[in-house]
Amino acid sequence: MVVWILSGISLIYYLGSNIQSTFFQKYWFKFVVGFVVTLQIVSVSLLIGAILSLVIALARNSKQKIFAWPAYAYVYFFRGTPLIAQTFLIYYGAGSFRHELEAVGLWTFFREAWYCVILAFSLNTSAYQAEILRGAILNVPKGQWEGASALGLSRPVTFFKVILPQALMVALRPYGNEIILMIKGSAIASIVTIYDLMGETRRAYSRSYDFQAYIWAAVLYLLIVETLRRVWDKIEARLTRHLKR
Amino acid sequence: MRVLRMAAAAVAVLAAVGGAQAKDWSKVRIGTEGAYPPFNNMTANGDLVGFDIDVAKALCEEMKVECEFVISDWDGIIPGLQAGKFDAIIASMSITDERKEKVDFTNKYYNTPPAIAVLKESKLAGTTDADLDGAKLGAQSASTHSNYAEEKLSSASLSLYPTAEEYKLDLSSGRLDAVIDDVVVLSEWLGTEDGTCCKILGTLTPDPVINGEGAGIAIRKDDGELKEMFNKALETILANGKYKEINDTYFTFDVYGG
Repeated sequence: MVVWILSGISLIYYLGSNIQSTFFQKYWFKFVVGFVVTLQIVSVSLLIGAILSLVIALARNSKQKIFAWPAYAYVYFFRGTPLIAQTFLIYYGAGSFRHELEAVGLWTFFREAWYCVILAFSLNTSAYQAEILRGAILNVPKGQWEGASALGLSRPVTFFKVILPQALMVALRPYGNEIILMIKGSAIASIVTIYDLMGETRRAYSRSYDFQAYIWAAVLYLLIVETLRRVWDKIEARLTRHLKR
Repeated sequence: MRVLRMAAAAVAVLAAVGGAQAKDWSKVRIGTEGAYPPFNNMTANGDLVGFDIDVAKALCEEMKVECEFVISDWDGIIPGLQAGKFDAIIASMSITDERKEKVDFTNKYYNTPPAIAVLKESKLAGTTDADLDGAKLGAQSASTHSNYAEEKLSSASLSLYPTAEEYKLDLSSGRLDAVIDDVVVLSEWLGTEDGTCCKILGTLTPDPVINGEGAGIAIRKDDGELKEMFNKALETILANGKYKEINDTYFTFDVYGG
């Protein structure tokens, strides 16, 4: 414990004493820009992914094979291949089909690296989120469906008002993990010219060869994850308040 | 206890590194990237070839030392030298003030200008900042060319790629309007089948602060003796025609520069 406190103090002292350094003066703005880019990529694609995942999870749970099978294949593909390969494939793959895409008017979309990144990340996270959601929905006891039906609630109302709120309680922690994975995964965007926090860090390091680039990056990542952890604790307390004795 | 033991080991290693005062240079390890044709790249068999490699071999022969090549990522090549993974970098590294803060350089062994390549049907008129206003420009990140674009061609919007291969893909697909790199590297690519899409728009006047004085051999700061050995060998191969022989196997013009 003492070792941890001491190393924490020395880290803060180290960073504090470096605020005046030329490295910090020269690159702090780039770090801020990268930080914002990371937050943008993650929040936009998580939101799109969440909407998609609801549809996919429902299809995956469906008794109709015609819905269940494509959803299964979708999740299988996006969870089974690395995000870096998916991003590369969408960005540079689209590049080699320029004329076909121009013919159908999609090139303006695929031309921009930003849209390609959002597309790749949204599709990827929607597959993971769909599995989280599916597991959570299955976790809600069957009696809840039966009880709702006995009260004369229609199936959509049952799903959104009875089942989903209970499922989200179970899904909350896995969702948190998925967000953290996405935050760290966003470094992949720099292979297609979108420089997020990690991309800017590598750029600063490769120009200055100053190791503090990585320390600042680590501090910023910890800041995001710690904020998230606290928010999650709050949400969990709120969602489970009826379970407190 | 374990922490103490690790600290002791670290101290011992530092002492060993620092203690090696009079170094024995009968064997020199040379770091290179191996992904920058025609200067240094790998053949399908995994052999290192290229202008840098041939120059390195000629220098080692001249210095009568045994040389061993070590492959390193471009991003990590200077930290690798400082950490002692190799003793010299011969990888087309431009001699710049930024890098001089960390390592020492020999005299340059070649100097070629940067250039801009565009699609054959491109409407761009020239290579000045005004000509490139609003154009999408691609470069390899952490290269002197990306620094040049950032500072001298700031009207263009710059995209950075991890290696030269990716910006080549994006130029041919039309995402980029132009790319900037060494004229020799671009010409080499335009000569291949993949390069038929594009042409060289023009060369740029190098800026001595950004582009440096040409490519040199990077050495750790405390290895002055090795630096002198390289400089002397370089002078000899320039004088005795060995350099010209290597030059002519790769290029039709003189890369040593003025």
